[in-house]
Amino acid sequence: MKISNLVCRLLATSVATAALFAAPAAAADKPIRIGLVSFLSGPAAGPFGVPARIAAEAIVESLNAGTAPAPYNAIGFSGVPIELVIIDEAGGATKQVAEFRNLVERQQVDFVIGYISSGDCLAIPPVAEELKKLTVLFDCGTPRVFEEGTYKYVFRTRPHATMDAVAGARYLLDTRPDLASYAGINQNYAWGQDSWNDWTAVMSVLRPKAEIVTSQMPKFGAGQYGAEISALMQSRPDVIHSSLWGGDLEAFMLQSTPRGLFRRSGLLLIAGEPNLHRLVGNIPDGTIVGARGPHGVFAPKSALNDWLRSIYRARTGLDPNYPAYSAAQAFLGLKAAYEKARLDKVRNATPMGAAEGVKEGMEEAYKMPSTDEVIAAFEYLTFDGPSGKVMMKLGKGHQAVQGTAYGTTRTVGGQIKIENIKYYPVEQVQPPEGMSSIDWIKGGLKPGKW
Amino acid sequence: MKRERTVVILTIVLAAMLVFAPFLPNWTMFLFTVALCYGIVVLGMMLLIRTGLVSFGHGLYYCLGAYAAGTLEPLFGITELAVMLGSAVAICAGVSAILALLLRRYRDIFFAMLSLAFSMILYGLLVKTSSLGSTDGFNVTVKTMLGVHIAGTAYERYLIFAVTALIAWVCAVLIHRYLNSHRGRLAEAIRDNELRVEYMGASVANTIHLNYVMSAILAGLGGALMAVSVGHIDPEMAYWTTSGEFVFISILSGTGSVLAPFLGATIFESIRSFAYEYSPNTWQMALGAAMLLVIMFLPGGLWSLFRRSGRSAM
Amino acid sequence: MTQLVAVLIDGLIYSSWLFIMAIGLTLIYGVMKILNIAHGSLFALGAYTAASLAGYWFEQGYPAMGSYAVMLVSAVLVGIIAGPLLERGLLRFMYGRDEIVLVLVTYATFLILEDFIKLVWGVDPYFLYQPYGLLGSFDIADLTYPNYNLLLLAIAVAIGAVLAWALTRTRQGKILIAVIHDREMAASQGVNVSRVYFVTFTLGAMLGALGGALTAPMISVQPGIGAETIVLAFAVVVIGGLGSLPGAALAALLVGIVRAATVHFRPELDLFSIYFVMAAVLIVRPKGLFSTQEARKI
Repeated sequence: MKISNLVCRLLATSVATAALFAAPAAAADKPIRIGLVSFLSGPAAGPFGVPARIAAEAIVESLNAGTAPAPYNAIGFSGVPIELVIIDEAGGATKQVAEFRNLVERQQVDFVIGYISSGDCLAIPPVAEELKKLTVLFDCGTPRVFEEGTYKYVFRTRPHATMDAVAGARYLLDTRPDLASYAGINQNYAWGQDSWNDWTAVMSVLRPKAEIVTSQMPKFGAGQYGAEISALMQSRPDVIHSSLWGGDLEAFMLQSTPRGLFRRSGLLLIAGEPNLHRLVGNIPDGTIVGARGPHGVFAPKSALNDWLRSIYRARTGLDPNYPAYSAAQAFLGLKAAYEKARLDKVRNATPMGAAEGVKEGMEEAYKMPSTDEVIAAFEYLTFDGPSGKVMMKLGKGHQAVQGTAYGTTRTVGGQIKIENIKYYPVEQVQPPEGMSSIDWIKGGLKPGKW
Repeated sequence: MKRERTVVILTIVLAAMLVFAPFLPNWTMFLFTVALCYGIVVLGMMLLIRTGLVSFGHGLYYCLGAYAAGTLEPLFGITELAVMLGSAVAICAGVSAILALLLRRYRDIFFAMLSLAFSMILYGLLVKTSSLGSTDGFNVTVKTMLGVHIAGTAYERYLIFAVTALIAWVCAVLIHRYLNSHRGRLAEAIRDNELRVEYMGASVANTIHLNYVMSAILAGLGGALMAVSVGHIDPEMAYWTTSGEFVFISILSGTGSVLAPFLGATIFESIRSFAYEYSPNTWQMALGAAMLLVIMFLPGGLWSLFRRSGRSAM
Repeated sequence: MTQLVAVLIDGLIYSSWLFIMAIGLTLIYGVMKILNIAHGSLFALGAYTAASLAGYWFEQGYPAMGSYAVMLVSAVLVGIIAGPLLERGLLRFMYGRDEIVLVLVTYATFLILEDFIKLVWGVDPYFLYQPYGLLGSFDIADLTYPNYNLLLLAIAVAIGAVLAWALTRTRQGKILIAVIHDREMAASQGVNVSRVYFVTFTLGAMLGALGGALTAPMISVQPGIGAETIVLAFAVVVIGGLGSLPGAALAALLVGIVRAATVHFRPELDLFSIYFVMAAVLIVRPKGLFSTQEARKI
């Protein structure tokens, strides 16, 4: 009895597994529809939204062709091709909630991957729960999503923003142990405020004696930074912290470099990585940059990394920046969860009792996994991304964690190189489960158990 | 009889909506809910436009209403819909009664821009308030409706829709009655020539004051209902583009009847929703073109399509 | 002390920039009574065209100083193409309609042009940073400023002076003032109002584009720059009194200095400064700083 059971299970598993990877499954006539929500217009489109969309399209094309490296070499998801429905993220949270409903109900997507803006990432999860639609937040940073709420249908495959300040400060103090003063220039909206608050909190723990000489808060999209630059120059900080991004960052750099601001002060850019290639000649050597996770220039060499770089380069002629890595992580994470759910289904399908149940078991196993099954597989999953291992370890298994890296820029022969890269493991830069970021920072940044 | 026709139509539409809504797909019901919320705000805008005043800052009350409703939970733990709406009405009435003392002296573009300045100051204040999530805003939940627990139930969406529709109906009927009252009729006279209105012994200032407060209350109600149906609020609601959208819908609708704002809002929401879907890269262009077409060919707004011979509904 | 000097200089630079942004808007309003939201798009078109053409100029390795001429040409180009197109193709059908309707017409135009720009130039930002540093810099009060800022100041003063001179000292200017004062009366005296409108709008469009072209070297030219600028320009125009040239100059100065002072002394209030100034000015002077008393028609 026992042995025949075992044989049946083994047989069923191996047959089904082979079927999974060898040929498109039974339901292959209907592709899996994934809604992709990303900025296609407005200031966030250039640096974030469009690179993410291009990466998503390239990845889907490659996955559908089955040309991605192992373990992602099965066609589509478990042999079923994927189809993208792309929506613009512009317009604010109210419109995005409406669009999310349309995407789910009118467009009948199976999964949603999206959201770069933190406001959208806070507004969407309750609706995803209501509509019971598995939603992967792919690029936004606010830790509030899973620190203030618990969700069943919502995942985020990218680490949250706390590590920006923590790793940035560690790197800064590692490389400039004599630091005595700092200043900030951040946009006056949630992202800039949070970034600066995290930063001052971390610095007050790691270097309590350092003096804050000025905190400039220009409004989002201000464009003109003359007075801010004067104020920064006159206060002569050792280093300037900035979470400016995209066009605002570029305008600030264009206006401050000719004025010699960086001959007086160093610069640390929290979100500068997507703009690096554009800032050649307008960024001082020794600028500290990070990418929230070892993405882009920080990504260690691997088959997956080479794959992403080559398919992205083929479309744009550029190297992928961190939003492209975020998009890749979301698609690969979902694929990993989906295929794991499929495998788990096959493994559990064969009945424990009589051998005659095998047929029904096989049929059941051939069916695509349900959303609940994918969720069960996704929680606490560890998967490989182009920048290394991603672990879904926070937010009850719904929030990804990764280590991160910082480095300094040097312009060599018209190209910006990153030197002195230092990697920081998860426990040094992320709060442990069940503790809010700000409590963890104020409590002295004690490494948690992972 | 004529006067009652609008009320009859409103009632029929309301009844039809309440009956058929449960059979509609969820997204359609949501679209209608949003359109009704906008419609209530635009109803208030219409009141002002008939007086000859266009506010580029009505987002002030829309946002204030939403925050008045939404902050009750973080501040006092209140999640009862009736209290939330009541708080929105009270706060908007209070603030607008004070601001109207100043604003009623202004006309034309100066009225528009001073309103805009006030709404942008509220925007700035909310952006600075990181305890309310700054620009990220926060989520709003309704747990009970007149004491009955509705959160997470299957009919939650429908109930919110039904309440919105009911409130929209009440507002529309009341405004319709008001527009046909003595003071209500003064609005258009003021727009045409306020000096003459003064000569006749009516108070322009008081009429504008009253209309302004009423329109603020409607905007606040719309904002609060929007907060409840979307489940999330952020300071963007006070940004000038939001107010611009209300003006946009008002002109699109026309000011011929209290039905017009709801019609205009529904069409606006539909255009936007489908433009988003079918031309994700050029939806602004589609909206702009639709707007131009209406202004060019339907000077009285969409409502003029329904007014065949002369004046009927009004 | 050095901080006060910095406030003054920063304020002055910002004011001249604001004035250049606002001047076309106030001109068009003054003559045509159109509050032109599409001014923001013209600004963006100017910036994009300058970035593309001057970018090409640098790529070809032509003399760097020529780029300033290229920027100027870009602005003129945008002005003489977009201006007539909008005025003849759209606005002239709308004359006589309510002021608010006209605002919405330009708003709709703004929406269309925003997407048009996106279709032509894409969403990736453009750079034209060379002209900003090319003119060298000067040191004052412990600070360094690129001379480009002086160029802005000079251009602002020049535009203001030329317009003021043209309005008060030339025949065309006097005709313009007649049209501003009473359009129907001017028309009955044989003034070709339609032509005046045409020229004014084209000139206004050119000034809007010039603002964009001059701003391009300081920013990254990207989608959405028009929307950010238009509100500032609006505020300046309204504070100054709609349609008033000296009003716009004074308002730009006021807003510029107040903003610089906020940034230096209370940076956290920067978000509000312009709206506080606007509300304060309008409360004291309900029609802006330089407003003319209008006759009430009975």
